[in-house]
Amino acid sequence: MSATWDSTVNHQPLDRRDGATGATAATDELERTWSERPGLAGWICAVGHKSIGKRFIVTAFCFFVVAGLLAVAMRLQLARPDSKLIGPDLYNQIFTLHGTTMMFLFAVPVMQAMAVYLVPLMIGTRNSALPRMTAYGYWMYLFGGLMIFTAFAIDMSPDNGWFSYPPLAGPEYSSGKRSDFWAQLITFTEVSGLIVSVDLITTIFKLRAPGMTLARMPLFVWAMLVTAFMIIFAMPAVMLASTMLIMDRLVGTHFFNAAAGGDPLLWQHLFWFFGHPEVYFIFIPGLGFMSMIIATFARRPVFGRAAMVLSLIATAFFSFGLWVHHMFATNIPEVGKAFFTAMSMMIAIPTAVQIFCWIATLWKGRLHLRTPLYFILAFFFILLLGGLTGLILGAVPLDLQVHDTYFVVAHLHYVLIGGAVFPLFGAWYYWFPKITGRMMGERLGRWNFWLFFIGFNVAFYPMHHLGLAGMPRRVYTYGAETGWGPLNLLSTVGGAMIAVSVLLFIVNVVKSRRHGEPAGDNPWGAASLEWATASPPPACNFRAIPVVWSEEPLWEPLRRPTHVSGLAVDSREVVSTTVLDAQPDHRYHSPSPTPWPFIAAIATTVMFIASIFTPWAVVWGSIPIMIAMIAWFWPRAGETRKQLVLEKRP
Amino acid sequence: MSDKPVFPPDRLDTQGAVAGETLDVAQLPSYVFGARGIMWWGTMGVVAIEGTVFAMAIATYFYLRTNGDTWPMGVPAPDLRWGVLNTLIMLASLLPNHWTLHRAKAHDLGRVRGGMLVCLVMGAAFILVRVFEFRTLNVSWDSNAYGSIVWMLLGLHTVHLLTDFGDTLVLYVLMLTGPLEGRRFVDVAENAEYWDFVVLAWLPVFATIYIAPRF
Amino acid sequence: MKGLIHALEPAGPQAAHIASLWWFALALCALVFVAVLGALFVALRRAPRATGGTPPDVTSLHAPEPGARRSVIGAVALSSVGLIALLVASVATDRALAQLSLVDAIGIEVVGHQWWWDVHYDDADPSRTFSTANELHIPVGRPVLLTLKSDDVIHSFWVPNLHGKKDLIPGRTTTLQLQADKPGAYRGQCAEFCGAQHAFMAFLVIAEAPDAYQKWAEAQRKPAREPIDPEQARGRDLFLSGSCMLCHAIQGTPANGRKAPDLTHLASRTTLAAGRLANDAGNLRDWIEDPQRFKPGVNMPAHHVPEDQIKALVTYLRSLE
Ligand code: HEA
Ligand code: HEA
Ligand code: HEC
Ligand code: CUA
Ligand SMILES: [Cu+2]
Repeated sequence: MSATWDSTVNHQPLDRRDGATGATAATDELERTWSERPGLAGWICAVGHKSIGKRFIVTAFCFFVVAGLLAVAMRLQLARPDSKLIGPDLYNQIFTLHGTTMMFLFAVPVMQAMAVYLVPLMIGTRNSALPRMTAYGYWMYLFGGLMIFTAFAIDMSPDNGWFSYPPLAGPEYSSGKRSDFWAQLITFTEVSGLIVSVDLITTIFKLRAPGMTLARMPLFVWAMLVTAFMIIFAMPAVMLASTMLIMDRLVGTHFFNAAAGGDPLLWQHLFWFFGHPEVYFIFIPGLGFMSMIIATFARRPVFGRAAMVLSLIATAFFSFGLWVHHMFATNIPEVGKAFFTAMSMMIAIPTAVQIFCWIATLWKGRLHLRTPLYFILAFFFILLLGGLTGLILGAVPLDLQVHDTYFVVAHLHYVLIGGAVFPLFGAWYYWFPKITGRMMGERLGRWNFWLFFIGFNVAFYPMHHLGLAGMPRRVYTYGAETGWGPLNLLSTVGGAMIAVSVLLFIVNVVKSRRHGEPAGDNPWGAASLEWATASPPPACNFRAIPVVWSEEPLWEPLRRPTHVSGLAVDSREVVSTTVLDAQPDHRYHSPSPTPWPFIAAIATTVMFIASIFTPWAVVWGSIPIMIAMIAWFWPRAGETRKQLVLEKRP
Repeated sequence: MSDKPVFPPDRLDTQGAVAGETLDVAQLPSYVFGARGIMWWGTMGVVAIEGTVFAMAIATYFYLRTNGDTWPMGVPAPDLRWGVLNTLIMLASLLPNHWTLHRAKAHDLGRVRGGMLVCLVMGAAFILVRVFEFRTLNVSWDSNAYGSIVWMLLGLHTVHLLTDFGDTLVLYVLMLTGPLEGRRFVDVAENAEYWDFVVLAWLPVFATIYIAPRF
Repeated sequence: MKGLIHALEPAGPQAAHIASLWWFALALCALVFVAVLGALFVALRRAPRATGGTPPDVTSLHAPEPGARRSVIGAVALSSVGLIALLVASVATDRALAQLSLVDAIGIEVVGHQWWWDVHYDDADPSRTFSTANELHIPVGRPVLLTLKSDDVIHSFWVPNLHGKKDLIPGRTTTLQLQADKPGAYRGQCAEFCGAQHAFMAFLVIAEAPDAYQKWAEAQRKPAREPIDPEQARGRDLFLSGSCMLCHAIQGTPANGRKAPDLTHLASRTTLAAGRLANDAGNLRDWIEDPQRFKPGVNMPAHHVPEDQIKALVTYLRSLE
């Protein structure tokens, strides 16, 4: 049949509209409309940002635990000289998988996961802008992770380090499929990371509650906006590079083969053009957590909000001009090196600005000392120390000495764990009540914190000395005569303490989910919108979309209009606002649950994994993907009829 | 800043009114064209990503060039014939493409169908010509680094041609069979904008593959 | 393997420059660390305590806070000064490192292999060049110009007591200029991950008095010792008849394999297999019989030869002073 189309006038009766803040027939229907479907099918079809966000966070945490256990294995092997516990072949797989998992399957995704859950709540809307894409992104992420650990289980996991330099990772020196699995894992995580970034940017630009101008946007949302842009401009570099690597290995191209006009350094440029910004898109969300949590527990807005936002943007901007500081030991021209040293110093300034502003905030605030704040305060000690060693690494002559030694290992854990993981744990303690409706145990929390903090320094501080004493990174063992034994043993003890503290955290979570004291809407007396709704939030997030008049909406008196009305209750409608000043612009029909993202992800997974073994998989493998994508996109007649009722031409 | 009125009165009259406590949005349009829309931002995100990929690939080309002492590495530069022809076809396709875009904004279903059909025909044409382009690159991907990057550049763009052709085809069928609603015209508009990107992205790629080796 | 190894115990000008930059940077960073944490500490002490119920203080949204503003700007300004100081010091040190004069420098080419070091001493007169492996000797007080190449993957040449590291990159040639002022044995180590035995890709740089160095160099230029007793002769024949010569070279014999360390003066070296083992008869024998035991993945196959043969082989190799 050949369809025709006529613009129907909007004849939606008013009682099919939201706007009531109390419980009414309409709000019940709204709740039904936004709920996920029940059962396993519903679980697979879920597109709600809360469902996706939660499973995203849990998955990322599992990868953290597994990668952490791999780290514990490394520490045991390194605890004493000439240890025979783990041989070189296994050790090299372990440290590679540890680094790769921590970076690509934990640190970056977990921040996006937190954003997927929190951002729509913080900006006062009912779902992210492209929820089906987000669901697809999650499945790709999950399948990629499962793939690499399956590879590990069958002794096929990569063993060339988390930046997999050719020619070592190239066709000549890494036979077998190990490097290919690494390159494909990158493709999986890039797809996921990029998709979620596009979703976040769109959500933040178009779905903010009326009145939430950019200037009034919470600092965590700012941090995620900046991060998402960084991801979009940084990840393509490594996507391209890993594709080149896999092509060098599978179809005989010569991108990195010096003998045929290629160049191993090309890889390093492409990788670090991504890799350096990457460490900042782990760091910047951490800064976002800092600002949110400090404001709440200092009982006042963060000092110097504008400076904070500018610092985030400046950090993101500079971070694209630092990549060569990972390559100082290659033959880069001297002038070039001086420039990258200068940039490495310059990027310290925005970080400094934020540190100083937070200190000013605490200085002028009144402190509510609870576990989240403890984790936040640890940042100052650990990240500061790590940042300073970063400056030392930024100075070419010093880097030439400590490059590729345990000094770098120390630096990277100080900044990653101090700058991202401690704030993240703080964030988990902080938002757990919102997500589950129950508070986490405070006593266990303190134990978790102090064990982590002390264990962390015991584990990683000695590494600075080891590096200066000549211990290279990525060695599966070392001779007794080097004298590196004692400090390594100490470091292992620290690693064990961290393990115990993480275990305590898991215990705390499990206990609190059942027996934690009920949280109520806003247990910390915080200012941002996610605390304006119930804990856990209803399926529709807000019965009525709030109207925002201030950058600290819950701390300042309400004004009229207080909230939005007129969105359909029997259809997933949200209000879309203008990019800069969040004026109401149109009603956006948010996609409903569907299995197709899941199916499409499976098809893509088959294609990616098969292409490790034959290039032709790219051809026949993309047919099922296409079919799935069409089915995903194709509108359903019933759904369309419903929309025509609500339709209003621009 | 928190004192500045959020909703200028003029907006309130036209776009729903403050019914006491609430800001009524019932009368707002249920879909919009261009940068106001959600899908536009989604599309732009994809464009930004793929644009960066092209930029990186081109940068790689010139990086390798500064490395190799001869360029192109001991092989003749690609023949211009097919490359130029394809460039012309692609540029020409911008006309029906933009016409379709405007007809979509006017909800003119009949002409939208026609415009898309023309675009599809041209799309088929430049995919066909692309085959000859590969044939006349005068180098294989596995002969040296130059061959590798040239094939990669052309391959990257070809993938875009194919996907864009596919998207357009699916959307065209949908516009024929339905089910239709106003938002589908937005999809057509976004698709047209993406087509623009695929064509414009070709110009630097063309310059790199065909012109650069001649200097 | 004994041998000093510490970046902050410089034994030459280059390492000394870097060490002094280190102490400056460390002092600066320590200062900043103490200052910033001090400020935080005071802030935490002086701020009154509160609870979730404490009404938030939103005055800052409507009234500026000049005091805080001034201190933050001041702190940032100070930081910038510190950062500039660090930048200047760094660039100055870079200059200093480049300034090492190379008059009558010794030219040494080092080629990295998985997982050993191929060392060639240049000389104006080609007949006076010579090769060795995993051990460099240099005269105290004389500059050395190292030319670094790689035969397979990326390696990195690093002797902490003498200088920072420099990568050995396939298809490229890099250089490193250093000099030892204190005699001694300095441990070097491959710093760039290069595969299974990256951990045991070490080497020694032995800095000695000029005359001692000359004696060593002269000895190295000579072809391998002729066997002086039948046992050694038998050992050599086994070496030449066996698979050894496919990979190894011994100057003055038909053996000129290039895939493995030059063994012409093996016995003159301190260590075996890139610092993995002390160079003595027992280790040598064990190594030949089963290298994988010491360096799993190493590119030398095991050679389980009859007792008498292995003895002969070892006696011969031990005789190669
Ligand atoms: C969260 C992640 C994170 C963060 C925030 C940083 C922050 C910084 N990093 Fe780090 N870095 C990594 C993650 C991170 N890094 C990782 C993972 C690696 C290893 C990759 C690998 O090889 O595996 C690495 C490696 C690395 C190297 C390469 C080392 C090598 O391989 O040889 C260098 C070199 O310049 C460097 C520099 C810096 C600098 C200058 C900063 C700066 O941003 C720090 C800025 C902050 C401060 C300086 C503190 C606050 C400032 C003040 C209080 C001002 C006052 C200060 C003074 C006046 C001195 N980093
Ligand atoms: C966010 C990133 C991140 C994090 C959090 C960590 C966390 C840790 N890392 Fe690592 N690390 C990296 C990123 C990270 N690392 C990177 C990028 C590299 C470079 C890799 C490369 O060179 O390629 C690296 C390398 C690296 C090395 C150097 C390896 C080498 O060069 O040879 C070492 C060595 O000690 C190490 C140790 C640790 C330890 C002890 C922890 C600990 O903090 C781990 C703590 C966590 C746990 C211990 C989890 C334990 C959980 C439980 C015990 C609960 C059990 C529960 C159940 C069983 C249900 N890491
Ligand atoms: C397939 C090639 C190959 C063969 C055959 C081979 N070797 Fe080796 N050999 C090597 C390599 C490669 C090394 C360097 C190992 C390392 O340090 O990583 C080596 C190292 C050595 C060393 C230590 C050299 C040093 O400078 O420390 C000795 C001694 C040695 N081999 C003796 C022998 C003898 C004797 C035989 C024959 C019975 C033999 N090799 C056969 C490849 C070979
Ligand atoms: Cu050679 Cu590491
Ligand atoms: Cu960096």
